[in-house]
Amino acid sequence: MTTLYLPRDAAALALGADRVAAAIMREAAARGLSVTLVRTGTRGAVWLEPLLEVATANGRVGYGPMRVADVPGVLDAIAADGAHALCIGPVTAHPWFANQTRLTFARCGVIDPVSVADYEANGGVAGLKRALAMGGAAIVEEVKTSGLRGRGGAGFPTGIKWNTVRGAPGGQKYIVCNADEGDSGTFADRMLMEGDPLCLIEGMAIAGIAVGATKGYVYIRSEYPHAVATMRAAIVAARRAGLLGDDVLGSGIAYDMDVRVGAGAYICGEETSLLDSLEGKRGMVRAKPPLPALAGLFGKPTVVNNVLSLASVPWILTHGGKAYAEYGQGRSLGTLPVQLAGNVKRGGLIELPFGLSLRSLVDEWGHGTATGRPFRAVQVGGPLGGYFPDRLMDTALDYEAMAAAGGLLGHGGVVVFDDSVDLLAQARFAFEFCAAESCGKCTPCRIGAVRGMEVVDKIAAGRDLSKNFTLLDDLCETMTDGSLCAMGGLTPVPVLTALRNFPEDFERAGRKLAAD
Amino acid sequence: MQTTPAMDAANLPGWDPARANAIIDGLKQTEGAALPILHALQAEFGYVPHPAEAMMADALNLSRAEIRGIISFYHDFRRAPGGRHVLKLCVAEACQSMGGPGAAERLLHRLGIGWGETTEDGSLTVEKVYCLGLCACAPAALLDETPIGRVDDDALTLLAADAAGDRA
Repeated sequence: MTTLYLPRDAAALALGADRVAAAIMREAAARGLSVTLVRTGTRGAVWLEPLLEVATANGRVGYGPMRVADVPGVLDAIAADGAHALCIGPVTAHPWFANQTRLTFARCGVIDPVSVADYEANGGVAGLKRALAMGGAAIVEEVKTSGLRGRGGAGFPTGIKWNTVRGAPGGQKYIVCNADEGDSGTFADRMLMEGDPLCLIEGMAIAGIAVGATKGYVYIRSEYPHAVATMRAAIVAARRAGLLGDDVLGSGIAYDMDVRVGAGAYICGEETSLLDSLEGKRGMVRAKPPLPALAGLFGKPTVVNNVLSLASVPWILTHGGKAYAEYGQGRSLGTLPVQLAGNVKRGGLIELPFGLSLRSLVDEWGHGTATGRPFRAVQVGGPLGGYFPDRLMDTALDYEAMAAAGGLLGHGGVVVFDDSVDLLAQARFAFEFCAAESCGKCTPCRIGAVRGMEVVDKIAAGRDLSKNFTLLDDLCETMTDGSLCAMGGLTPVPVLTALRNFPEDFERAGRKLAAD
Repeated sequence: MQTTPAMDAANLPGWDPARANAIIDGLKQTEGAALPILHALQAEFGYVPHPAEAMMADALNLSRAEIRGIISFYHDFRRAPGGRHVLKLCVAEACQSMGGPGAAERLLHRLGIGWGETTEDGSLTVEKVYCLGLCACAPAALLDETPIGRVDDDALTLLAADAAGDRA
């Protein structure tokens, strides 16, 4: 009897995991082998996916990236205990995994995502039990001690937000999980929901107990059908195991939750727009105040947290806030699940304490560009994040350092570009994206994005360069200072970092015109 | 001449008022019911048939204009039938870094359609999407609910051919 593990994470599926799984079962049947194939989430090494693992006396040994054609040979190797070109050895000893600090993603890729028994056997539920024993006020203190800050991008201290909701008057309160992970280059929320959804459920239940909320929603973008399905299955399993319901683990405390699916609007990742969408409306951004913590979903006090913030909570409650705060640097404490993406050889999710430099991320973890062409730029923090050139690659991945470099950490996504990238085109795209996805409520964002595209087009055509550069600066200032939310307010970040860090791409058009 | 829902309902593919009514009835009590209902209607009919808008308005105590406003706000909701298969192609930054938008434009050119349009045989609608969360295996695509990574011209041509060959 051999136990094999193969991810069913969307990225693994996108690289053929289901075909490999079918080939394994076919080949095993033909050989009369007794095989149990457990479908897990991914450990995050997308460059090794589909990564097949086999249980051995020395732990799980990995083979990847697997193709259907590799299946017979790999099964031979497993049977003979022999070597194979795709064998990476014991998975957790492989440097790509061994050098990470897996707190939030400790179980992701390891367990059957919807098995409560697997979850509990691997450290799950302990945080919830401790939370129930200590009560709301002490939970909030523990989260404050951890230094946990919102992983969605804004970086607001989670414990302080919870404290506000806890102290807010009003009967019904809500926990809302923002799983509208729309930033290009990010996939950590999806990976967690597909690989360890019970961790998110546990984190939300702890949040509910902490602030006195009995109802929660996970708002998942519709582009993530697999995450939606896995989350729903996990909620059913959690209810059956008593982790959710009228009487959480026999405590007498009620907390339950449901999944809601977005409908293809990037702006719904903005928390107030998300709340309007959850209420069944157009996803229009609300003016703040009132804070969602006081008047959120249906006007009730509401915790709105990102998936990763909530999924960090079970570890914090299990091991203590102080233990969490021992990781990281400055005011960026704990671990950051970095998502390395785009034009890079070894892309995937890497969880590390805050403070890794962009250069070690791209060179040591990423092994350079996928195309093999020279590196030129990274964009950090999604479509509203900055573009950085080689000379800024020693910037550390933490909230303050990224801001000081003119960018933002955002949700921790890093997209790599080779030397074929045109930063003027990227700046234009930032405006184009904003124009397509703006909710339209405030003028700087709604009109500014369209005018921005036009100005960049004029610069590309070499028309009135000095006048148009001044206009672009002016427009960006208006959007930054005058927009209602981060959509319009941060669109200037990719534009201005592209312009400042790669001026040659903007001047090329003018030079070409002069040469003609 | 102004058409009324009753007059052209007969021309709406697959339209079944009883079925729509059952869907709306079953979900109208949920908190913030509009999106769950619209998703369910689109799952049933492949689009949101416009007579359903008035039914939703009645059930949720909203105006038809409000329902129309919700539908038009979200990229996902379709007011006319799409193809038998829907191919979403990512054109966001991570996929840009690997040539995604170029491959997408070339596919549209080969199919002779634009973004959001359906091939003449009704087999495939191609939609632009900003991020599928498959950024470490870019460029990415989603055919119905099947994710596909590292797509190139050949892969996209094959996908379109498979969709055209499937007459289900």
